[in-house]
Amino acid sequence: MLCPMANDGGTAARVGSMLRANREQLLGRWVQLIDEALRGRLTTPEIEGDCAPLLDAFAAALESGALTRHEGFDQARAMLSELARDRARMGFSPSETAATVFALKQAALDVLDVDSEYVALSTIVDDLALFTFESYVAARETVIGELAEQLLELSTPVIKLWDGVLAVPLVGTLDSARTQVVMEKLLQTLVDTGCDHAIIDITGVPAVDTQVAQHLLKTVVAARLMGAECVISGIRPQIAQTIVALGIEFGDIATKATLADALKLAIGAGTGAVDGNRSAS
Amino acid sequence: MDRVPILKLGDLLLVSIQVDLDDQSALALQEDLAQRIVNDSAHGVLIDITALEIVDSFIGRMLSTIASISAVLDAETVVVGMRPAVAITLVELGLSLGGVRTALNVDKGLAMLQRRTTIRE
Repeated sequence: MLCPMANDGGTAARVGSMLRANREQLLGRWVQLIDEALRGRLTTPEIEGDCAPLLDAFAAALESGALTRHEGFDQARAMLSELARDRARMGFSPSETAATVFALKQAALDVLDVDSEYVALSTIVDDLALFTFESYVAARETVIGELAEQLLELSTPVIKLWDGVLAVPLVGTLDSARTQVVMEKLLQTLVDTGCDHAIIDITGVPAVDTQVAQHLLKTVVAARLMGAECVISGIRPQIAQTIVALGIEFGDIATKATLADALKLAIGAGTGAVDGNRSAS
Repeated sequence: MDRVPILKLGDLLLVSIQVDLDDQSALALQEDLAQRIVNDSAHGVLIDITALEIVDSFIGRMLSTIASISAVLDAETVVVGMRPAVAITLVELGLSLGGVRTALNVDKGLAMLQRRTTIRE
């Protein structure tokens, strides 16, 4: 027996009215099954809040004779996407998320009088498909993880630019993990080389928001605590405007438009001609 | 209780903290240092914390206090050799060691203090 639902609008309508007729029983069993599978990570009212509208949407779409890939199912599909997003954010696995939907079949089998062998086979196929899907996602995540790691290693060089002057050209978006790596590498290089000036160049940073600014400030303060002075350079006009619009205060930290200006300041301070920031502080 | 040794170096005092300080020895160091600045009429204090793996808020405040005490007694304080990990921890704790001057190593700290004294003279 082939699945009739996939290609026959009349059958879909019959299934729809069947869902409608047995709504309360189905919903009760469905929620119960999910509850057991998730082992208390969601409360029963929460699950019921997810499932009740879904079941209604399924029934309505099927009653209108729509097939799963047709327009009539748009609302139900949108609800499923939202459910999947919520579950992903809460850290459920792809299988657990999909099982939420699959549990409806088990519920139907328990509640309604249907061909049990077919349902058994279909459950097995679902499981196999799920397993394949999960392996695929896991493999993809491994690849993404490796790439992210490589990016971290590649994208944070610390360069000795002049006698006693280090430079860190930052390229790409700054997040907490990257800033941590940059900070550690810069501070360690300060100790290793004995340089007492560092230039953080943000020409390659596409956007500066409050969080990025916070990260930069932390790096500068940490370098200061160790006895080195930091200059932030490479601030593009648009970024300067954003910084002011966001009300970010760089305080007494020197900022320069170009790396050249920053280098000039650092060399000047290094030779004692201008003991700028430190004597002022 | 271990007392941290204070060495006289010209008109500077050198304090090298080699063990993790407990609160008691930190307070003792504070008192000893104030006494020595007066006795030796020192004009600079160099505190080397290269060996310190942990600087908590108490030690951080002690460093600030020592700097303030020295400033009242007309001596400059420079803290040298802070480890990267310690600096990161202090920043995460939100401590910026207000009023404490820092240098990368003893060499640079000495140069900094000597520059100050030359200017003064």
